[in-house]
Amino acid sequence: MIELVEPHARVAQPPESVTKIEVHDLDFFYGATQALKGVELSIPAFAVTAIIGPSGCGKSTLLRTLNRIYEIYPDQRADGEILIDGQNILDRRFPISELRRRVGMVFQKPTPFATSIRNNVSFALSYYERLSRSEMADRVEDALRQAALWDEVKDKLGASALSLSGGQQQRLCIARTLAVKPDVILLDEPTSALDPISTARIEELIHELRERFTIVIVTHNMQQAARVSRRTAFFHLGELIEVGDTSQIFTNPHMKRTQDYITGRYG
Amino acid sequence: MMPDGTHTLTAFDEDLRQLRELIVEMGSRAEAAIHEAMRCLVERDLESAVRLVEADREIDLLEAEAEDRVVRLIALRAPMADDLRTVLAALKIAGVVERIADYAKNIARRVKRLPKRGSIEPLSLLPQMANMAAAMVHDVLTAFVERDSEKAKNVCKRDDALDDFYESIFRALLTFMMEDPQNIGPSTTLLFVAKNLERIGDHATNIAEMVYFAATGERLVESPEQERS
Repeated sequence: MIELVEPHARVAQPPESVTKIEVHDLDFFYGATQALKGVELSIPAFAVTAIIGPSGCGKSTLLRTLNRIYEIYPDQRADGEILIDGQNILDRRFPISELRRRVGMVFQKPTPFATSIRNNVSFALSYYERLSRSEMADRVEDALRQAALWDEVKDKLGASALSLSGGQQQRLCIARTLAVKPDVILLDEPTSALDPISTARIEELIHELRERFTIVIVTHNMQQAARVSRRTAFFHLGELIEVGDTSQIFTNPHMKRTQDYITGRYG
Repeated sequence: MMPDGTHTLTAFDEDLRQLRELIVEMGSRAEAAIHEAMRCLVERDLESAVRLVEADREIDLLEAEAEDRVVRLIALRAPMADDLRTVLAALKIAGVVERIADYAKNIARRVKRLPKRGSIEPLSLLPQMANMAAAMVHDVLTAFVERDSEKAKNVCKRDDALDDFYESIFRALLTFMMEDPQNIGPSTTLLFVAKNLERIGDHATNIAEMVYFAATGERLVESPEQERS
């Protein structure tokens, strides 16, 4: 009997149908305060997933668990499972440097190092890889191009990163993240400190990057979530209330709490 | 959560309320126009009929105002979810109500085609049909304001009865024409009037579908029974 279903059939699926991150029964505690309660969430690969919700709903906390950045604070604790490509990254045996390389993060306020533009991008690279001078230069250029910053900074790579505008600094932070070739990019309100033009540039950048990376963005700006994401998850008081295709969430949410929040009926 | 589903931004609620009121205002004018057109027809009141035709311009103006309000609301308030569906429904409903008023206008225009005197038997059937059509318009707009999907569904169901009514008037008029070729002129006029009323029912049904979608986010699936017309 001939096997009709080839083993490669699974690979032939459109990439967005592949799950990159699976969160199972995730609880999170700041000391005695529980910030996340039994979160179950699948995040697709090669797509943008937006996390929305009112302040204190746990959306940033969720982001902070995805690369275990919370570990630098002694009284913070996550229970449950977060599988990235099937591996539980909450397992202490999962090497943290490997996790940080694969899961990059960009914060609300641009956080460039007080050094040259070039060094900002090459800093993490030199930690992870041994590269020759010319290889390094190529990787720096490549990362800056991907972050749509190259044309603006190519003639002043030695200049201080702090001389850049806020929007440029944020794109530099994205370039810094891209340089180490991550799979997942976490964006924690990446445009809340930027003007509308810089915001549009970052959103355009997210749009370009979405085919090559798994992107999770936390945003207070619902229009932004609607513009950039394919999936949207709504959190309230530490619980995942609803997750679905962004177009469904913003036109016809199934849960009343989601509807109240996105229509501005939540006070 | 806010009480009674009101928005944190009260000006937004006010905008939505005004838009709904405008649509209801259009609807009640259209409804009144149907009744008035029918009264003019029955009483052969040519003068009032002319006035009614002219008054249709006011409904056109209200439709333009509804359009302006919707554009402003989308631009300034960025409505989402049920708000977005309501605002888009309002825009579409305004257009359909304007068409309904046009049908009432058409009926008023035909008053002059009827002989000033003498009875036309099947004419006595038309006011009842007009009442049915006007009630559908009334109820579907109430459903819109109350966001009542069941009421909207109910209006859809009533369209079949209106279609049946049209069929029976059609047959009555045919018989009337066969009795005497002199009846053909006025009968044709009444046939057009009945057809206009039947179309008003169709439009009320369309509005009902919009109201249902705005209220639930789901499309109202037409039964084969409703599709037959």
